[in-house]
Amino acid sequence: MLPTLVIVFREVFEAGLIVGIIMAVTSGVAARGRWVAGGIAAGVFGACLVAVFTGGLSELFGGSGQELFNACILGFAVLMLGWHNVWMARHGRELAAEMREAGAAVAAGSKSLAALAVVVAIAVLREGSEVVLFLYGVAAAAGGAGVGMLIGGAIGLALGALVCLLAYRGLITIPTRYLFAVTSTLITLLAAGMAAQAIAFLEQAGLLTVWGQTVWDTSWILSDESILGRALHTLIGYVDQPTAMQLVSYTATLAVIAVLMKLFAVRPAPQPRAA
Amino acid sequence: MLIVGLLALSASVVRADDTVTLSLAIKDHQFDPAEVHAPAGKPIAFQVKNLGSAAAEFESSALHFEKVIAAGAEAVVHVRPLEPGRYKFFDDFHRATEGFLIVP
Repeated sequence: MLPTLVIVFREVFEAGLIVGIIMAVTSGVAARGRWVAGGIAAGVFGACLVAVFTGGLSELFGGSGQELFNACILGFAVLMLGWHNVWMARHGRELAAEMREAGAAVAAGSKSLAALAVVVAIAVLREGSEVVLFLYGVAAAAGGAGVGMLIGGAIGLALGALVCLLAYRGLITIPTRYLFAVTSTLITLLAAGMAAQAIAFLEQAGLLTVWGQTVWDTSWILSDESILGRALHTLIGYVDQPTAMQLVSYTATLAVIAVLMKLFAVRPAPQPRAA
Repeated sequence: MLIVGLLALSASVVRADDTVTLSLAIKDHQFDPAEVHAPAGKPIAFQVKNLGSAAAEFESSALHFEKVIAAGAEAVVHVRPLEPGRYKFFDDFHRATEGFLIVP
């Protein structure tokens, strides 16, 4: 029961942090619950698919199919997060104004919600497929799903969901006028961390060998494996022994998103709104 | 699709170099062999066969990799060139399952 609890909690915790942030980012937007729930459902479905095909997947590309797959979906998540931030930089103010006026979000808001729902789905898919494989292994070893496994899984899931709720609750206590700045920063850091993680997968696949030297080692202060290390890894992409390439991709992602947000934040003279 | 193709192409180029391949099996929640050796300063590839009945997550924080290997599946994990040392790897789904890479 305990190993199941630990593994399920750990994976749900990581996905839960991301879901919590995205719930906070979209707070006040109508129908966001449906989008986020849809993202979670798609992620769970995808996780099961990935788990079923994981054997075949890992044998693609000379045994590195899994890494390529992970790098691709992480890269896609980075694009979605970046796009959301740029979109919000352009339309956020107007969206907030309209919500105050009409008490409901404009339809255009759902474009950005779709991008975030994709990010939720990817986060759930990545962590979920590990859970499914692990649970399948436990069940296979025991000759069926035992009571201990079910209880452990349920407690792990509940604790992980609690983390998601706490992250969300914590973020929405931030006064509205700062919330946009805080969530934009969080999303940008999340994207940069995912970019560095995608690089790590390409390095693990042996596809990327340039700038592969370790830049620093802070594992003696904060290990990747500790709970705090894992949380920071998910949130801001903390790595205790990053390679030069990871650092470059991290910094480049931060810079590109920041520059694009600045560029697109400048609005031309008011025009009729397009959806 | 194009990117994946290019990556696959570059993979065959990269792998033609002096990579040291280490073969491992996971069986009855043990690595076989539990201790492997590789020279310093050369890229390393672990070739791991999971002969057990449960999925394993082949992982090492010191070597920076984690990879789920389904029961009965085989996987390859690449590691950057290393300094001399003793590096632990383990099955993250069954933490008692561990082994070491020795770089003299």
